[in-house]
Amino acid sequence: MIHNREMLPSQPAPRRSIGPFAWLKANLFSGPVNTLVTLAGLYLLYWLLTPTIQWAFIEADWQGASPDDCTSAGACWVFVNARLDQFIYGLYPSEETWRINIVFALFTALIAWLAIPRLPYKRWIAIITLFVFPVIAYVLMHGGYFGLPRVSTQRWGGLTLTLVLAVVGMVAALPIGVILALGRRSTMPIIRSVCVIFIEFWRGAPLITILFMASVMLPLFMPTGVDIDRLIRALVGITLFQSAYMAEVVRGGLQAIPNGQDEAAAALGMSYWKRMGLIVLPQALKMMIPGIVNTFISLFKDTTLVMIIGLFDLLGIVQAALSDSRWLGFDVEGYVFTAFVFWIFCFSMSRYSQYLERRLHTGH
Amino acid sequence: MRYDKNALVLMTSAAALSLGMVGQAQADTLEDTRERGEVRCGVSDGLPGFSAPDDEGNWQGIDVDVCRAVAAAVLGDSEAVSYTSLTAQERFTALQSGEVDVLSRNTTWTTTRDTTLGLNFTGVTFYDGQGFLISKDLGISSAKELDGASVCVQSGTTTELNLADYFDANDMEFNPIVFDTSEQTVGGFESGRCDVLTSDTSQLAALRIQLDDPESAEVLPEVISKEPLGPVVRQGDDTWFNIVKWSLFAMLNAEEYGVNSENVDDMLDSENPSIARLLGEDGNYGEEMGLEADWAYNIIDQVGNYAESYDRNVGMDSPLEIERGVNRLWTDGGIHYAPPIR
Repeated sequence: MIHNREMLPSQPAPRRSIGPFAWLKANLFSGPVNTLVTLAGLYLLYWLLTPTIQWAFIEADWQGASPDDCTSAGACWVFVNARLDQFIYGLYPSEETWRINIVFALFTALIAWLAIPRLPYKRWIAIITLFVFPVIAYVLMHGGYFGLPRVSTQRWGGLTLTLVLAVVGMVAALPIGVILALGRRSTMPIIRSVCVIFIEFWRGAPLITILFMASVMLPLFMPTGVDIDRLIRALVGITLFQSAYMAEVVRGGLQAIPNGQDEAAAALGMSYWKRMGLIVLPQALKMMIPGIVNTFISLFKDTTLVMIIGLFDLLGIVQAALSDSRWLGFDVEGYVFTAFVFWIFCFSMSRYSQYLERRLHTGH
Repeated sequence: MRYDKNALVLMTSAAALSLGMVGQAQADTLEDTRERGEVRCGVSDGLPGFSAPDDEGNWQGIDVDVCRAVAAAVLGDSEAVSYTSLTAQERFTALQSGEVDVLSRNTTWTTTRDTTLGLNFTGVTFYDGQGFLISKDLGISSAKELDGASVCVQSGTTTELNLADYFDANDMEFNPIVFDTSEQTVGGFESGRCDVLTSDTSQLAALRIQLDDPESAEVLPEVISKEPLGPVVRQGDDTWFNIVKWSLFAMLNAEEYGVNSENVDDMLDSENPSIARLLGEDGNYGEEMGLEADWAYNIIDQVGNYAESYDRNVGMDSPLEIERGVNRLWTDGGIHYAPPIR
């Protein structure tokens, strides 16, 4: 009988099963059909990417201030370059844009604080973000107080306006949505029917109709002299619309929590709000993260609809810039830039939500 | 011009009128404007040469110059304007509800709009009309030779209806190729899907310079529809109506008398009684309107006369290079004719 007293030393994996070549063989060229598909895919990529890269980078013009600086055949990023301030700040007076910068910086700092797990005082920062920051942001951006010149909302625009619309819509819609969802599950008939009617009404109408009503019909029903700012009208419309969607997402999360949780809490003598606030909602909200982020992302993109009521969000200001007779015909550059900015924001939101899901994954 | 019969706008406007909510709204616009320190002006959300923000974010265009002229006349400062960008659908509501006090947004003067909306057109800033853009290679010199042509046209606009009317009236056949946006329309024309592209002449100029080779195309002389574009104000405030009306007339009169932003200071000493009346050196025409005596001086000094505004925004000094054509003064063979100031 042959046996070793000692363990054999471990061998490296066979050379043919590791390394880039093995990976290629296993994943891309494992059979004749797969090889063909891979080659076809490569050709397709080459066919698509070469002209795109050629257009967007190699033959593109970057520096300059006027359309005359675009001499080569590729993209004319001069257009985006010359208008970048406008795309970010809209028609905000250029000597006042530092106010928006402060708001941006403050917002980024607060969000970063909330997003990084190690930092303390989360509760206070959250309260500041929700209640103090909006006031500071409004005072800074709108002005009219503390000697700051007033900048009416007609001059707000660009990425700033897109972010204002999206952030206000998201932050205001979440609590309303939670309340609506709880109301819809309530056993009290009046509360339940009010919530159901609200949700079904706002969810049943397209956002574009709501914005259109807010901008075209609403002013006609106001008494003379009462003139609600059009941005406020859009914001209220977006928030109500969004809260109906949010309510349904939250309701989905609530229904996923087994009844036993609620009953057990009730057996301990907890009141309704304690049961919801301490037992049900914390578990439900965790499950709802993908759904909530999904609605946030779709809201972020939906903000471009305010274009139809004459507000210059990022897309609107790009289109307005394209109608400057000096810059006619640079549509592709403008739209590619807009798409890129939107993609960055949506992609970051999606990554953050995945991270959050992993971190909160403490359940069963 | 485009989006002519917007049933919804008309309906809502009519509903509002019957409720008696507009009309008497803010009967003293002049006083309100002085108090506020700025003229509230409704412009487009971007229309080449008429109203669009420039690189610095200032509104530019021939429609914008009307707002600036009114501000110069009323407040003595052409920059004291708060612009609201309006889409074609919401423009009349914004004016009726008092969100803006002047609507200068490439708006065609028609019977319905003048009579049923509770609004008044104060004049014509630009005589527009539908025309044809055609490739020079085709060797066609008149729209009458277009029998059997395929025509690129933007959907949902009166342009489509005018086109059908014109070909019917001239007993010709045509094949419409309809696109949604102006970029697509240009693309269709460029790729040869149609022989001819139709739109308002002011738009044709903007479309033409988006072609790869603008020189290869030309605009045919025929204009097949009347599109007089002008500023609009609310009914029921005649003082304000007069001010907006005469702000434009002042620019036209200034061109007629040869007064422009360069020479207006020298012209203050002019012997010509018409110029003296225009610039407030003789008579009190400004006061009669509720303005200062130098109202027209301010307009010409800060905005310029009509020719300057035209050339700068849509004419030969702009990329659009639209010929003056019918927009010349009556003295030069056009149809712009401003009543005298006296």
